[in-house]
Amino acid sequence: MSAPVWPAVLGRFGWQDLPFVLAWQHPTINELIGAGAAAMVVIGAGVVALLLTVTHRWRWLWSEWLTSLDHKKIGIMYIVIAFVMLARALIEANLMRLQQATAINAPGIVAPEHFAELFSTHGSIMIFFMAMPFLTGVINYLVPLQIGARDVAFPLLNAIGLWLTGSGAALMMISLVIGRFSTGGWSGYPPYTEIAFNPGVGPDYWIWAVTLGSIASTLAGINIAVTIYKMRCPGMHLMRMQMFCWTSLCTAILMVFAMPPLTVATALLALDRYLGFHFFTNAAGGNMMNYANLFWMFGHPEVYIVILPAFGIYSEVVSTFSSKELYGYVSLVIATMGIAVLSFTVWLHHFFTMGQSPSINAAFGIATMAIGVPTGVKIYNWIWTMFRGEVRFATPMLYALAFMMTFVLGGLTGIILAFPPLDYVVHNTTFLVAHFHNMLIPGTLYGLIAAYTFWFPKAFGFRLNETWGRIACGCWVIGFYLAFMPLYVLGAAGLARRTQAIDEAAYRPWLYAAELGAVILFCALAALIVQLWVSVRDRHANRVFAGDPWDGRGLEWSVSAPPPEYNFAHLPHVEQRHAFYDDKRRHAPYAPPPHYDAIAMPRNSAVAPVIGIASAIAGFALVWYIWWLAIAGLVAIIATVIARSFVRDTERTIPAAEVEREQALWLHAVDKAHPVPRERELTPANQGLAEVHR
Amino acid sequence: MSEGRPRHAGLNLGDTDAQADEGAGSAMFGFWMFLMSDALVFALLFATYGVMQHATAGGPGPATEYKIGPTFIETLVLLTSSVTYGMASVAMKHGAAIRHIMLWLAVTLSLGLLFLALELHDFADMFAHGAYPSRSGFLSAFFGLVPLHGLHVLIGGLWLVVMMVQLRVFGTDPQVKINLLRLGLFWHFLDIVWIAIFSTVYLPGLIR
Repeated sequence: MSAPVWPAVLGRFGWQDLPFVLAWQHPTINELIGAGAAAMVVIGAGVVALLLTVTHRWRWLWSEWLTSLDHKKIGIMYIVIAFVMLARALIEANLMRLQQATAINAPGIVAPEHFAELFSTHGSIMIFFMAMPFLTGVINYLVPLQIGARDVAFPLLNAIGLWLTGSGAALMMISLVIGRFSTGGWSGYPPYTEIAFNPGVGPDYWIWAVTLGSIASTLAGINIAVTIYKMRCPGMHLMRMQMFCWTSLCTAILMVFAMPPLTVATALLALDRYLGFHFFTNAAGGNMMNYANLFWMFGHPEVYIVILPAFGIYSEVVSTFSSKELYGYVSLVIATMGIAVLSFTVWLHHFFTMGQSPSINAAFGIATMAIGVPTGVKIYNWIWTMFRGEVRFATPMLYALAFMMTFVLGGLTGIILAFPPLDYVVHNTTFLVAHFHNMLIPGTLYGLIAAYTFWFPKAFGFRLNETWGRIACGCWVIGFYLAFMPLYVLGAAGLARRTQAIDEAAYRPWLYAAELGAVILFCALAALIVQLWVSVRDRHANRVFAGDPWDGRGLEWSVSAPPPEYNFAHLPHVEQRHAFYDDKRRHAPYAPPPHYDAIAMPRNSAVAPVIGIASAIAGFALVWYIWWLAIAGLVAIIATVIARSFVRDTERTIPAAEVEREQALWLHAVDKAHPVPRERELTPANQGLAEVHR
Repeated sequence: MSEGRPRHAGLNLGDTDAQADEGAGSAMFGFWMFLMSDALVFALLFATYGVMQHATAGGPGPATEYKIGPTFIETLVLLTSSVTYGMASVAMKHGAAIRHIMLWLAVTLSLGLLFLALELHDFADMFAHGAYPSRSGFLSAFFGLVPLHGLHVLIGGLWLVVMMVQLRVFGTDPQVKINLLRLGLFWHFLDIVWIAIFSTVYLPGLIR
């Protein structure tokens, strides 16, 4: 901390909080990396702003995207946030691997404090600002389409959730440029993160970024659950929903009940830090075990929040690319619900070594192993779905296959960790790091990228390049094994997690292998970027406007690609599961509806951007003790909510004629399209109309 | 949906205002879900209080700091405000004059403010005895839980004011009616939380 510049206005900000100043004063490689990262944020933001100005797209951005309440656009914006944050956190992962590989009996490239910031931001970002926005985005995009609805239950709340997530992510990015981030890990354990040991701004950045993300997820959970319970189209019984809707419902329920413990944990930590409370301090009756319990009461269900949507995605992908109905639908529904309930009964396994009696540990160990049962049911369901199906190895299916193999391995090491005596041996080592990456990379990341590849043509109207998709997939898989299998070995050999310097020369080959793996994982992201570039370039050859490139099963495939703003010109009426798949084979899914009606859709609103920006400002001001600004931000939020409650004109009507015109255009295109047989679906012959045998 | 069949738990508008009732289904269900989430926040703070109630660190404890008299009066005031809010809801449902609804809302608001004043007086008393949150884990847990309820009452009070203005501006349009139903759930929810505070924080603290 340096001397404050102008405390009355700028709080505790001092010049040395800028990494550029530090790098100027001490041009070490450590400081240069910090300044380089800050420069990337500043230059990145500058380039985006410049591009928008040069192409005159500010107004377009504002009216078409930022103020839109269309669930599809909100979903896409969530995923954009996720990709940006994924890039940053993956670079940090590479730096950490590089540090460990170069710091074997040597100083390495980053100082201990800096290394601690790296693992703290990497974890916080990957969970709160990569996995959460990505899955929320996919759910947002798909659920209304799959249940035959025109929007979510609360469109404005949806946008507010997006903007709060965005402002949390913005705080994470700002922490690179102004000040330092927490060194307390993604779980922010006190008393280390208490003011007594960590008086700087780092833990405060963590607290407010995570709190914003947590509130946003609570709102998203409420919205998704109400949408699924209340907005299904006629005939869409719960047991007729696509599997992805079921896993989304369970995820939403978990969000509603699992985010409050996190909000409470961060809020109480903030009370400790700002107002001198003694919840988690060492002195005066504080008890950090309260924090451990609160955090993991969130933390474990969170594991399933990030994994269940992927399970739904794999169910869709495996069944579509096996041309077969999902095997054991009912058992999958029960297993999903079972996982959701059991996820609240195991939080204590995150701290077996923190002093409970053996019998309590045993109870939680058994509960943990019990979760393996419904998860195993699911794996068998997917295998049986492929069995005797006509399996096509398109990119999403490759991710699904890689997931099944890899996830089971991770599950096995999970059983080791669930066994308290063994946990005592390997806890807090890289064995644990390897285990949870082994669950989350195949269990969440592969699933989300599979979803991105699978539904991209639906959202944008053209297919992604298959070759680059396969290269990316190969890199994600090979990179994962190279990066994390060595960590199992190192962990079993005793390498503690979060180690900045290594003093055991025998670890060298394993650390080098892990470093190589990290580089390959980075190449995977680069391949995804190239894929996007190539696909946009070749978009005209790969159009699938008719909307059904994969012979899909759910209602989302029954509309044009991209879907119209109102999703369905005529609300569908379903009579069974996989209604669209069956419709294609027995009925005429592309018949024009008997009549067109005007459709009311929510008007754009600037409320969400205002609340998002105000909360980012309030969060930033709280971090830096700029009290006047914090109060201003808070007042702005409350005033905006009240002002909005006086707005009555919240909907606009799309006239029936416009609906009819758009539909006619699409139906005409469907008419002209050549049906594509499955073996040619990856070629430009695929115009989004599936060849079916009646 | 046939009339008389409730769309959501609690007071329904079905037999008096079909249009507002139509929109109330998901609106009220969403609010119930929010309340469940909020209830969990309180549950966790209750649990934290339960763990920390003996961590007085040599400072003031419950027996010296809690006062049965004022707390009991606060309870009566808040419970009465729930009854008066209920009267406002019934008046709104059956199409009573706006003036009538306003009156009950105003009574509710005054009772809420009275409750807050009494509670703040209690807190000031505690502060005067050196019982402030940074004194001990027990007092941290107390001031983490009870004032959060007070903050909810304050937000409820602000919401009441906003609704009274909206009644004046819009009359009882469907949106105002649905928001009055939501505020009703919120207000009664705060009563239930207070009952839990009274009977798990104050009473056991005084018995010891």
